Amino acid sequence: MTDLTSLTIAEAREGLASKSFTARELTDAHLAAIEAARVLNAYVLETPDRAREMADAADKQIGKGDGGPLAGIPLGIKDLFATRDIRTTACSKILGNFVPPYESTVTSQLWRDGAILLGKLNNDEFAMGSSNETSCFGPVVNPWRREGSNTHLVPGGSSGGSASAVAALLCMGATATDTGGSIRQPAAFTATVGVKPTYGRCSRWGIVAFASSLDQAGPIARTVRDSAILMRSMAGHDPKDTTSVNIGVPDYEAAIGKSVKGMKIGIPKEYRLDGMPAEIEKLWSDGAAWLKAAGAELVEVSLPYTKYALPAYYIVAPAEASSNLARYDGVRYGLRVPGRSIGEMYESTRAEGFGDEVRRRVMIGTYVLSAGYYDAYYLRAQKVRTLIKKDFEDCFAKGVNAILTPATPSAAFGVGEKGGADPVEMYLNDIFTVTVNMAGLPGIAVPAGKDAQGLPLGLQLIGRAFDEETLFSLGEVIEQAAGRFTPPRWW
Amino acid sequence: MSVDATTVRRIAQLARIAVSEAEVPHLQGELNAMLAFVEQLSEVNVEGVEPMTSVTPMEMKKRADVVNDGEIADDIVRNAPATENHFFLVPKVVE
Repeated sequence: MTDLTSLTIAEAREGLASKSFTARELTDAHLAAIEAARVLNAYVLETPDRAREMADAADKQIGKGDGGPLAGIPLGIKDLFATRDIRTTACSKILGNFVPPYESTVTSQLWRDGAILLGKLNNDEFAMGSSNETSCFGPVVNPWRREGSNTHLVPGGSSGGSASAVAALLCMGATATDTGGSIRQPAAFTATVGVKPTYGRCSRWGIVAFASSLDQAGPIARTVRDSAILMRSMAGHDPKDTTSVNIGVPDYEAAIGKSVKGMKIGIPKEYRLDGMPAEIEKLWSDGAAWLKAAGAELVEVSLPYTKYALPAYYIVAPAEASSNLARYDGVRYGLRVPGRSIGEMYESTRAEGFGDEVRRRVMIGTYVLSAGYYDAYYLRAQKVRTLIKKDFEDCFAKGVNAILTPATPSAAFGVGEKGGADPVEMYLNDIFTVTVNMAGLPGIAVPAGKDAQGLPLGLQLIGRAFDEETLFSLGEVIEQAAGRFTPPRWW
Repeated sequence: MSVDATTVRRIAQLARIAVSEAEVPHLQGELNAMLAFVEQLSEVNVEGVEPMTSVTPMEMKKRADVVNDGEIADDIVRNAPATENHFFLVPKVVE
């Protein structure tokens, strides 16, 4: 029997149905893989007992012939998702030993469909970061290394634990969240597939809030098909999230293999940056050529406000974060540092509990919302956001079905290499992904090639609102043409 | 625009984050780097542009104004650092 951890979700589903192996065997294989890969620091909490319990229950269901769509599939859950009776920290010291008495809607739907919880995955503190280096549990290591080098590379962020675990075969798929690129950028850095759904497609209820008008949950998996399988279980209307949209969830898997003939693919000229590495240029033109060969039509499009997306994001996201993180006060949950007055208690708790990046963003957010600066910063950024969204609307109104761009401006970099002196250096990682969050659109990152050092690179497809299906169809074309990429095991 | 040391202390106070004097210059540098980066927004003509208030064009959902949850005081206080009889304990606020 081949190593069970290297199966895709689609393959495991078949193997479980045909009784080639049990959910318990599949789960045990993953638990052993996790134990052997602790050097990657992908998991911040392993839940082997819960996993085996759930696996046995899944085996019973499968035996009775009424297993759900994910029956027996072992998953990792980003530590931003509240899991009932299982510690949830957002990888921040301030949440400490928080044990939620409730379950996030997205994870509850995964369990409803029979999936198995292997553990909680590392992420940047409160999902603020692009390298998974801001986690209070320390950085995650990318299973990919430069050819001939032992240097530890970052897996991207903020869903770095999710991406690393999926790439290193430590789970069959993972939940993740994306506020400015936190699903797609780590997917690109690890040769995994990451989907950021349309804003409103997946419920945000029970997910630790970062920037509420930008946050969206989505899957990371090893194939486009697997990501479509997970999406179907994660998506859906939830009355508990007022921004959750009440429309039906399509069978995303049915979009895999669908012809893309006649589709119009936009190539936005503003994404061609000065000094863009030649290998990113080549990747992009390879992707365009593959889609063309599959019958799609390529058109140059213009998204003139692209360059303002990242600066506008660094006003809107910190502003919303400063408001959302006001709840961490040392009173109702998490860390408390005593003080002589209640004010001193708040201030000391938040000073001790928040890491540098979070503190920086809460402070900038507080500033741009403060009296006298609101109009100049926050209101202006929200107006720019309207213009960014209109760019996409104009483009789609001309009949464009999806837009093709690189996912990131570079491959993975070394731990500690970026953002030490200037935080903006790190922020530039999200230059191609952040526009999608600002406009609330769906995006998918698909592995498409390697750079000269043997590191994976990804392409991004951006779709119309609530048309994730087109992204799955196009993503499959890229996957079929580029092939799949697996890191050589060194851990 | 940029912030001076006094403004950094004021922001920290508004954000309820204790900042030591030694940290102020460093924070000032970081905040000013971010402000310099977002400065480019001032070149965008936003006249007559509506600010985005809803990501997806949809009417705000409303639920019936009735109690739909409760009687879970144990759950509510179980993660609190200090409680007594289902109350959260804080340092004395009123003299």
